[in-house]
Amino acid sequence: MRGIQSALEPAGVQAEQIANLWTVFLIVTAIVYVVVMAFTIAALLRRRPAIVSNATSPAVRNTVSAAVGLTVLILFGLLTASIFTTRGIASVPDRAIQIAVTGKQWWWQVEYDDADKSKRITTANEIVIPVGVPVTVHLRSSDVIHSFWVPSLHGKRDLIPGKRGQTLTFRADKPGVYRGQCAEFCGYQHANMSLWVTALPFADYARWIEASRQPSRIPSTKTERKGQDVFMSSPCPLCHTIQGTAAGGKTGPDLTHFASRRSIAAAMFPNRPGFLGGWIVDAQHLKPGSQMPSIPLQEQELQPLVTYLESLK
Amino acid sequence: MKRAAIALLLLTMLACEREERRFREMPSAAARRNTERLVSLVPGPYTADVKVDAPYGRNAFAISEGKRLFSWYNCVGCHANGGGGMGPPLMDERWRYGSDPEQIFATIWEGRPNGMPSFRGKIPEYQVWQLVAYVQSLSGNVPKDAANGRPDDMQVHKQDQALPDLVPEKEPAPVQ
Amino acid sequence: MSEHGAHVGDAKPLEEHLIKEETKVGPYSLPGDEVRHEELEKMWGPAKGPFRWFMQVDHHILGKRFIITAFIWFGLGGILAALMRLQLSRPDNHFLSADQYNQIFTMHGVTMMFLFAVPIMEAVAVYMIPMLCGTRSLAFPRLNAYSYYMFLFGGILLYVAFFLNTGPDTGWFTYPPLANPEFAPGKRVDIWAQLVNFTEISALAVAVEIIATILKQRAPGMSINRLPLYTWSMLITSFMIVFAMPAVMTCSFYLAADRLVGTHFFNPAEGGDPLLWQHLFWFFGHPEVYIIFIPALGMVSQIVTAFTRRPVFGYTAMVLSQVATGFIGFGLWVHHMFATGIPALGSSYFTAASMMIAIPSGVQIFCWIATIWMGKPVYKPPFMFVLGFIAIFVLGGLTGVMLASIPLDLQIHDTMFVVAHLHYVLIGGAVFPLFGVLYYWFPKMTGRMQNDVAGHISFVLMFIGFNLTFFPMHKLGLIGMTRRIYTYHPETGWGPLNALSSIGALVLAMGVLVYVGNAAWSWKKGRIAGMNPFDGPTLEWATSSPPPPYNFIHVPVVNSLEPLWHAPEHQPLVTGLSTQEKEVLITRTFDAEPDHRYTLPTYTPWPFLAAVATGSMFVGSLFTPWAFAIGLPIAGAMVTAWFWPTTAKKEGELPGRSEREFPAEQASEVTT
Repeated sequence: MRGIQSALEPAGVQAEQIANLWTVFLIVTAIVYVVVMAFTIAALLRRRPAIVSNATSPAVRNTVSAAVGLTVLILFGLLTASIFTTRGIASVPDRAIQIAVTGKQWWWQVEYDDADKSKRITTANEIVIPVGVPVTVHLRSSDVIHSFWVPSLHGKRDLIPGKRGQTLTFRADKPGVYRGQCAEFCGYQHANMSLWVTALPFADYARWIEASRQPSRIPSTKTERKGQDVFMSSPCPLCHTIQGTAAGGKTGPDLTHFASRRSIAAAMFPNRPGFLGGWIVDAQHLKPGSQMPSIPLQEQELQPLVTYLESLK
Repeated sequence: MKRAAIALLLLTMLACEREERRFREMPSAAARRNTERLVSLVPGPYTADVKVDAPYGRNAFAISEGKRLFSWYNCVGCHANGGGGMGPPLMDERWRYGSDPEQIFATIWEGRPNGMPSFRGKIPEYQVWQLVAYVQSLSGNVPKDAANGRPDDMQVHKQDQALPDLVPEKEPAPVQ
Repeated sequence: MSEHGAHVGDAKPLEEHLIKEETKVGPYSLPGDEVRHEELEKMWGPAKGPFRWFMQVDHHILGKRFIITAFIWFGLGGILAALMRLQLSRPDNHFLSADQYNQIFTMHGVTMMFLFAVPIMEAVAVYMIPMLCGTRSLAFPRLNAYSYYMFLFGGILLYVAFFLNTGPDTGWFTYPPLANPEFAPGKRVDIWAQLVNFTEISALAVAVEIIATILKQRAPGMSINRLPLYTWSMLITSFMIVFAMPAVMTCSFYLAADRLVGTHFFNPAEGGDPLLWQHLFWFFGHPEVYIIFIPALGMVSQIVTAFTRRPVFGYTAMVLSQVATGFIGFGLWVHHMFATGIPALGSSYFTAASMMIAIPSGVQIFCWIATIWMGKPVYKPPFMFVLGFIAIFVLGGLTGVMLASIPLDLQIHDTMFVVAHLHYVLIGGAVFPLFGVLYYWFPKMTGRMQNDVAGHISFVLMFIGFNLTFFPMHKLGLIGMTRRIYTYHPETGWGPLNALSSIGALVLAMGVLVYVGNAAWSWKKGRIAGMNPFDGPTLEWATSSPPPPYNFIHVPVVNSLEPLWHAPEHQPLVTGLSTQEKEVLITRTFDAEPDHRYTLPTYTPWPFLAAVATGSMFVGSLFTPWAFAIGLPIAGAMVTAWFWPTTAKKEGELPGRSEREFPAEQASEVTT
């Protein structure tokens, strides 16, 4: 039985160390469990003399003492293994890509820093990282406590409003797409606050960065132009930004390169026109309580709008 | 006994209305568009305007949503958190264009001369009603148990809105 | 402290309380007991009259109410769990909405932790501890009544609120800022805060009663090293309650103040700290687990002793382990917070402490296995529940060791793995022993035996159902399923295991139903039990089943850990306690030498009225802080009336005063 975000299928060095520690713990505790149960069953089934004396036999006393001593030793061993792994996953390399991830009810804002402010990238629910390069995510929250967890790459770390310095450093060693999810209960749509981490070879990553720094694509067809008009005249720009247009709302996800993302609504649905149309018109049905309002649009407005958004590569 | 039952029923209804989380609003539920007329002449026999109760006046969730939207749609830009600035303060209830729910609705929906923009088509109708409920709560015109107990100013500080102030790092290089 | 003008009797030498065997007519009775019985019945019997329900102070009546009330909440919490399992049984299910699910999982947690787990442990103790100690009543009987009503009102408040769509919906841990007014509008979280006030007041009061009873009201000769292990466990638990519960009451008061009067304890925007909440809450929350679990350890010891027909191996080690658990239990709350980013050195300490607590638990498990090894097991349902406990709890303990490790915790924290772990330790570690011990003590409480066949069936169903429900959750957590989610996509691959788990929940529920059905049927129709049907070794079996309101006409003098198994040929009994007053014998804390006699108060409505006053104050404070200003004086007046002395009469005029002079011929030697 495999999940799509399994801690047992590590794709990065940190997750791998934890998975190895897991194997150690699993084996040791499984042996302990089997031994304890074996003793219990033996104690039950043991052949007994007809009259059981109330005296305590020294053999039993010694066995119990030995078991306690062994317990202490095993725990000490596990503790040591655990502390070494803690040190292993906590070491921070001096070169790492810095990414800010802000948890919001119920989606993730992702920002790539750059000294040149015009080169900063803002996206949502999707983190693109290069393979083999350490990445440090700086975790913040703008409302309640969330927890950032991509099991294939690292353990989780809470995003706590007002608390700085929450970071997690990990490295993906295999190209691939890894799912993550909010792990701290954060309200109505806690269940649907997921994200994707895409690990690309460095060259592809660099291309993605370059592409993402560009303003949005200019609509080229008549439908796309109409779609942009619908976007601008609807509630959309009050919350969403599309670089290169007048839309500059800051409270919703940045849509500049919307069409390049895999999913919508915090990895709840695939990014396909049908889902997108439904999401715009009735977000509150698909994701009740979400902060995306249901926008009552007519069919002849919706269709161009979806076309326009899906053209924003 | 009968009285107790009625009281209990009343309590139930009050609590329900306060606690309801209405995520999905049918347009009709939030109904009643602009009730303000530009002229006082009406055709046909005289009809009194039917007062419309705001749909959310007692609903705690809607009031709190209105509070969020109040900063999201940048009402705070002019009205601050009710204290006023470029726009009039909203903590009292003596306003030029009226403080009844439908009047507040019309003010947001249609806009008003000298600065208040019209949000028609820019904010979905049910959210305008949520804003109405919140604006009413600023002047204490909603039941006390439904109003927010404390002004939290997270959104004003906007600590998360700024771009990350991460230390500029050395250009990362691929390992190997 | 004397409660309600109680009369402190003169200190009398031990000899005056004891009498030799010569005049006895039965193992625990003397000539003339029929008269004494009638007199005692008059003094200790239940309140009469139309309002008697509100006036009872008898620990049997209140204990039974406590147990039944806690089981009603248990049933409701179980129904909520079933609803959750239904919702999660398949992906993308629309059986419950997100809002309903959040309320339901919160209510489940709140019910089980605040209204079932701790109260049921205290409830059993309220009934049994005085009998195990060999005394006529729990200390502070009126306080006991008060704490029952507070507990009852708290539960009613929670469920009335839930049916008014005002059930708390931010988790039983209620983390701010999610619980701050901005993100939790309405009164839902306030209900949580007030429920905590109700149940914690109740828990604290009962803890104080139990401590006083165990330390001061033991039968002569039951020195501290002859305390039954269950009594030890309740003593330790009660002390833990006294130290842990104030932390959560601080939480609830701060939160209520944040929400009602606009303070900013937990508002990060104004310098408040959400992590302060987590520290305070888990400083209560982790000991809470041991508050639930340690009584269960004591219950297991009682059952193991009775059903292996020999004393538990390593009494001293067992007691010290329980004490150690009680201490260490306060030193590992931070392992709930590893993901918040605790400095490495600090969190390593908590890792070590969390692993260390496995040692005392291990010691006890080994001691029980050794006891079984050396004893002669009797496979009655209580013993089966203990075997189930060992199988389940050891697994839960081992996953607990995993959760103590920081790197592993970072992966499995807040996943279904933790759900599995906590149910293994709480259901396996506490509910199984509880069901076992209730089966064991059922004849004592009701005078009738439960049906063994039904008992075995319920055990098998519960054991299979439990493992089927919760074992798959370990795997679910590891493959990424987080907790507290109301739905999941089919692509996640979590569907099949969840379906299995839901089927298991059905089996588990059937097992519980069979158990409850068996208990209900046996209560009315079961075989008559007699005094000591299981040949138990401790004092509760030295009186009739069900016990008279005064427990013992003559308390036996204790000469060993298993007084009923090692009863001397000339069993000394305590005499000389007045039959004309509600007198109990107070003994010294460590050696249990008789110290003085103490008169307990009679039944009264004031605890009920005081609970109504305090309860109204708490409910009123949901809406206005003025509730405290108005409610406090009223509650104060009720408490004043409750404590108003009624023994203003002269000493000599006290009824039964003459009885307090012991006839010379009853004095005899100490034979402990």
